Amino acid sequence: MKSLGSIRRDFAPWNDPNAKPYIQFDKVTKKFGDFTAVNNLSLTIFEREFFALLGASGCGKSTLLRMLAGFEQPTAGRILLDGQDLRGIPPYRRPVNMMFQSYALFPHMTVEKNIAFGLKQEGMPASDIEKRVAEMLRLVKLEQFAKRKPHQLSGGQRQRVALARSVAKRPKVLLLDEPLGALDKKLREETQFELMDLQQELGLTFVVVTHDQEEAMTMADRIAIMDKGEVVQVATPAEIYEAPTSRFVAHFVGNVNMFEGKVAERAANTTRITGATGAQIVVENAADAANGADIVFAIRPEKIKVSSKKPADAVNALQGEVYDVAYLGDMTVYHIKLDDGQIVRASALNASRVTEDPLTWNDRAWVSFRPDAGVVLTR
Amino acid sequence: MSNIAATAAPSSETAAALPTRLAKGFVDRLVIIVPYLWLLFFFLVPFVIVFKISLSQTAISMPPYTPVLDFTDGVSGFLAGLRELNFDNYTWLTQDALYFNAYVTSLIIAGISTILTLIVGYPIAYGMARAPATVRPILLMLVILPFWTSFLIRVYAWIGILKPEGLLNQMLLSLHLISQPLVILNTYTAIFIGIVYSYLPFMVLPLYSSLEKMDYSLIEAAQDLGCPPTGAFWKITFPLSLPGVIAGCLLVFIPAVGEFVIPDLLGGSQTLMIGKTLWNEFFANRDWPVSSAVAVILLLVLTVPIMFFQQAQARAQEQGK
Repeated sequence: MKSLGSIRRDFAPWNDPNAKPYIQFDKVTKKFGDFTAVNNLSLTIFEREFFALLGASGCGKSTLLRMLAGFEQPTAGRILLDGQDLRGIPPYRRPVNMMFQSYALFPHMTVEKNIAFGLKQEGMPASDIEKRVAEMLRLVKLEQFAKRKPHQLSGGQRQRVALARSVAKRPKVLLLDEPLGALDKKLREETQFELMDLQQELGLTFVVVTHDQEEAMTMADRIAIMDKGEVVQVATPAEIYEAPTSRFVAHFVGNVNMFEGKVAERAANTTRITGATGAQIVVENAADAANGADIVFAIRPEKIKVSSKKPADAVNALQGEVYDVAYLGDMTVYHIKLDDGQIVRASALNASRVTEDPLTWNDRAWVSFRPDAGVVLTR
Repeated sequence: MSNIAATAAPSSETAAALPTRLAKGFVDRLVIIVPYLWLLFFFLVPFVIVFKISLSQTAISMPPYTPVLDFTDGVSGFLAGLRELNFDNYTWLTQDALYFNAYVTSLIIAGISTILTLIVGYPIAYGMARAPATVRPILLMLVILPFWTSFLIRVYAWIGILKPEGLLNQMLLSLHLISQPLVILNTYTAIFIGIVYSYLPFMVLPLYSSLEKMDYSLIEAAQDLGCPPTGAFWKITFPLSLPGVIAGCLLVFIPAVGEFVIPDLLGGSQTLMIGKTLWNEFFANRDWPVSSAVAVILLLVLTVPIMFFQQAQARAQEQGK
């Protein structure tokens, strides 16, 4: 069976028409004075989903999260959690917990007391609190730091305390606001996988806000790409990457080459595109592009093959010269200047240590790709 | 080769840097010396003089006390004086209940006023700290503004407000809230009002500085974890503002204990505070030795507990780190 991306997802309630939505944003608008932070946005998140809100700063993703937590009230629209309208419910009565970007650990309390704070508010018996705190400390591997205060911990340890504190109450939904933003790169990568494991283990619904596409791609079941207070696309990481529905999404996630052009001829399975500078490209899946329509053909660098000779079986092959080349270890990145002047970025995985067909600056070269290697974008 | 270079380099550097480093050390020390000199000349020396006077006896002379512990008769005279030294003035303070009562009343009045100032000042400081960042400098200015008028004039102004035919009574009478003028002036109430009014900025400023530093997301975190706003205040905001609370309370309490102007102007003749007692001993009785003893004891009463307190705090902080 063919599928986008390399992961088969068995958990996909969003494809099931009978699945009950867990969190629903229903035409939600939020204005701060004249500024519209969230604009008539509708979004559905399912139970046990790891959902990421991805966007540049100021796109409204944090506002969306804060409305779910109850720190902001929508100007219009409804937010439902498990069928219940959250309007008018203050943050301290909502069955959601948030992990703050700054961690917001209480500086005057020990790690233990920080984690126990929410449980105490619930009126849980002291012996149960003790047990739960011990369990949480074990979960985040901080048993020996129970009596420390936040300022005696490293950044990574603080992040874990914040996490333990926010899941200690077993919320229906855990909200994470840039959870890994303050960690260094290596620690961030480790923690991404730990967060996924934790979500599996606890069986909670996670909603994470991030501006880091890699973070969202790694962790999330689905990603909502946001721009100017609106959701541009909601899809699995593979769909976002392999089948973006707009130029914005294609540009926002990963690297992409864009060819401006017009639909020249539509056949049963393939569509021929004439590039703005005359290049002919044949593609599959140009679903809703009519004849003569202005479109953009978007193709990822790793889908493009670079070679010194024209590949015999290539449907699409364009000639140019090597403008720049960079060896990154795991892969090599080429910038090929096509004869029509457009620069194409291509990357090749260095799957073997020796290369048959090495290229250097100013070499004549061919770029080629399969008809299903890219997508046609009408927006 | 590289080893030799590595070891040689630091020593030559030291040789060259030595004079400048010495000069820098001297400058550093000079900077530290300034506050010490200040304390020496304006605190320690006056204190020693006052302490010396407190050991002498009153005399009809200029100055009005017998010389004690001086070197006019040489070293032997100093040693003889040392042998004759007595603490009669201090014993006298314990024999007359007036002094004990004055100390205790002063401490109680200062204590109550400090708590009242805290109650009035905390919401002001909290409001300022939560105000939009653009408004804060203006609010800060408003708190400091009264200092631009003389303290004495401001306390006098309160007489005009509080006296039986004063502004406050006129207003309340005209609003028919009272039928008889309230007697506020020349009571302890007037002293409390005066102290709270005069010392409010000393409470508000340290509170403001500790509240302003606080990360508001802590309150959100507390609420997120199920704590209603009032609970979040007592569990998070207040504990975190404690350094400001303590600093503000000390800044109000210490000067309030020895306050003279406010009880004298607003408290009338029957109120008993140690500042007034001291003034009476000094100016009315011209008993410099006893008034000096009063001052020395006041200093001890204030500094010793505060020293212990600060030591305990330093220790707690050490443990916390």
